[in-house]
Amino acid sequence: MAGVYAGFVSSPIGKKLATQLGLPRPVRLRRYAADAPLVDGPVLVAGLGSAPIAARVRDLLKAQDVDVVGEVAQGTKLGAVVVDLTEAATPADLEVLRSTVAPTLRSLRPSARVVVVGRDPRDADGFAQSAVRRSLEGITRSIGKELRAGATANLVLVRDGADGGVDSTVRFLLSGRSAYVDGQVIRVGEGTPAEPADWAEPLAGKVAVVTGAARGIGASIAEVLARDGATVVCVDVPSAGEALARTANKVGGTALQLDVTAADAGRRILEHAQSRHGGLDIVVHNAGITRDKLLANMDDSRWASVLSVNLESILRMNETLLGDNGIRDGGHVVLVSSIAGIAGNRGQTNYAASKAGVIGLVDAMSTDERLRKRGITVNAVAPGFIETEMTAKVPFATREVGRLLNSLSQGGLPIDVAETIAYFGQDASAAVNGNVVRVCGQSLLGA
Amino acid sequence: MATRSTPRSTQQSSSAPRRAAVIGGNRIPFARANSTYSHASNQDMLTATLDGLVARFGLAGEQVGEVVAGAVLKHSRDFNLTRESVLGSSLAPTTPAYDVQQACGTGLEAAILVANKIALGQIDSGIAGGTDTASDAPIALNEGLRQTLLAANRAKTPVQRAKALTGLRPNQLVPSIPQNVEPRTGLSMGEHMAQTAKQWGVSREAQDEIAAASHQHLAAAYDRGFFDDLLTPFKGLTRDQNLRPDSSVEKLAKLNPVFGKGPDATMTAGNSTPLTDGAAAVLLGSDEWAAERGLPVLAHVVDAQTAAVDYVTGHEGLLMAPAYALPKLLERQGMKLQDFDLVEIHEAFASTVLCTLAAWESEEFCRDRLGLDAPIGELDRSKLNVNGSSLAAGHPFAATGGRIVASLAKALHEKGSGARGLISVCAAGGQGVMAILEAA
Repeated sequence: MAGVYAGFVSSPIGKKLATQLGLPRPVRLRRYAADAPLVDGPVLVAGLGSAPIAARVRDLLKAQDVDVVGEVAQGTKLGAVVVDLTEAATPADLEVLRSTVAPTLRSLRPSARVVVVGRDPRDADGFAQSAVRRSLEGITRSIGKELRAGATANLVLVRDGADGGVDSTVRFLLSGRSAYVDGQVIRVGEGTPAEPADWAEPLAGKVAVVTGAARGIGASIAEVLARDGATVVCVDVPSAGEALARTANKVGGTALQLDVTAADAGRRILEHAQSRHGGLDIVVHNAGITRDKLLANMDDSRWASVLSVNLESILRMNETLLGDNGIRDGGHVVLVSSIAGIAGNRGQTNYAASKAGVIGLVDAMSTDERLRKRGITVNAVAPGFIETEMTAKVPFATREVGRLLNSLSQGGLPIDVAETIAYFGQDASAAVNGNVVRVCGQSLLGA
Repeated sequence: MATRSTPRSTQQSSSAPRRAAVIGGNRIPFARANSTYSHASNQDMLTATLDGLVARFGLAGEQVGEVVAGAVLKHSRDFNLTRESVLGSSLAPTTPAYDVQQACGTGLEAAILVANKIALGQIDSGIAGGTDTASDAPIALNEGLRQTLLAANRAKTPVQRAKALTGLRPNQLVPSIPQNVEPRTGLSMGEHMAQTAKQWGVSREAQDEIAAASHQHLAAAYDRGFFDDLLTPFKGLTRDQNLRPDSSVEKLAKLNPVFGKGPDATMTAGNSTPLTDGAAAVLLGSDEWAAERGLPVLAHVVDAQTAAVDYVTGHEGLLMAPAYALPKLLERQGMKLQDFDLVEIHEAFASTVLCTLAAWESEEFCRDRLGLDAPIGELDRSKLNVNGSSLAAGHPFAATGGRIVASLAKALHEKGSGARGLISVCAAGGQGVMAILEAA
């Protein structure tokens, strides 16, 4: 979505001026379309040593009829670069990354992808290996900042023995679904991923519930989950029922009017999902409110209501939704954090408390033995500046700055957040657990 | 699916028709006339109501057997109001629809029609409803102007046309506005009711008690979330606009009478329903249809009865017809009034409810008018309009039936299987519609 600045630098005069002054020029990002190829252009796949993930990715891409190359030919423009550094053991090994990626950076198409694959530093054997594994994060984030024209760079860290779980993440990062995901680290660990019958409908046959589905990001989540094949239970407060009905009818789901803070909210959601749709596979805790005030002026009701809706309701509903008769084994829980929960935000102590709390919840739930045994994954998205009705009300200057303070020089769209959530919701992402992925275009805030 | 070894029971047609299930309902909050919904048409409101129902029950893109609804105040362009609303909704465009009209009985009559077709196996599902706006009312041409223009239209030559148009008069600019008046008596419904109230000696205080209870019950129902799955907000309104949770007999006692004459007048704006805009709809189906979709069955439609009275000669009060419908229902069902767990008597006016109850208690009335050996008897007031009624919610004429059917079905369901409820709706033209629901 174009802001005033983006509009100006797209005009003939603005374009010239921006180029001369070296100002950022946001481009229209490549986003998912059913009929579009997974990647736009050939993909260079390379790696260090036996590079097991690179081999996997080559097979995956070839099965999709994507052109896979080993080096940049003169005059070709690449759609993506995938570098497997899983066998990196010493700082000297990083030279492979430099020598592979450096020559490609001037040969990338708009909205190209750089995907670096490594091992988790937590599994490292010795000081040097740990250090070099962590180096990959610094390199990837720096590449993200160097890239232009909608291109992104992300790092995938694969735990030992978890190579088989990497496919959905590689697909996500290469595709238009990850348009506004930049400079992120995604960890792939244990879990048994199930490949969907049709990658165009990775959620076919699944039942999802989305809270706060009446408008904005929530409505977009419902739409993307339904597009990917899920039946969606759309939940919002009774007073938002008119917009909620629109969402539910648009996605062919059902509308459930309830306040997530009600004591019986979890039970009612579960009953609805089970009686109407035969079960529950995906829970997206998206409902959230803001009641901004500087802490100096913050009253107890603003404080309590934000914590109640954004955090306490999730804890309470999960007792039922994740109980023995709740979500099916192998199900997926997705929470919505915020960049404010990572970086903090002036006037948002209450909101940041709730959104940082969500991250703490992901940490605890994703390592919970009972949930792990049941194969239930728990992840979160942390949106940055997303163009919604809410951000449209932000004062002009603040809004323009918010749009520009990231590597893609633009705000994200609700669908960008929704795409990441849908990726977490796939059974193919069973090995993706405990991640907090920022959908922020590599925002400078809290980076 | 039928197999050779297990023949389908439906092939051996049973004598008793199946009962239609009330699956759920939806309405928009009712707005006071000339307020929030001033610019919403009947079609807008009915479409929004259908869409809310479709969303609640996951029917987007689906075809239901029939949609039956109506409006009392209706524009001539809305000749196909219900079908047009279906086409504007998220239902499949292959869903048939038709309009009905029985004044304030429209909504309940629509539900009975759908239920009967389901009972007969002609359809497996249907939506019944109604909508009305007193704000976006049809204003017609002055009758004299209309006649003059029609005459000009019939003219065959320019001279004849010019001659016909000489009939135009300035006073023909005054439009014809729909009025809440009985055509055969020239009296408003309120004036009629005032006569009946006086006849039955209904006190001002008793009327105000009914009105206060209506507001208090409706407010309590909202507070406990009763309407969370019965209502979808519309144009920013989330509750009925007429609702005054803090209403009391003391406050209502301060209002001046608006119907009736002299010191004996008892009917005020507080104990009479205000003009209102809104719409309501109910989803009905066979038990099998509901089960296939995992939809709840709140109640079944057990029976229904209409009646009409001769109010023109003054033999009976305009809104007393339900009093006559009840004994037929009770006899057919082998029930007493006291057997019902809940009773919904549409509050056209508080005095309507009180006169009806008084008539059933009167030995003389039950003997002379209803031909009964004994009076029908007293109703336990704790069963009456327990979640509020039209005095608090408002009464968009054709929408009231849908409001009551859905709310009563849910309330009966809360009471438990087998609980029975009675619905009574009086209507213009001296008519009444009644129905019995039983919790599933």
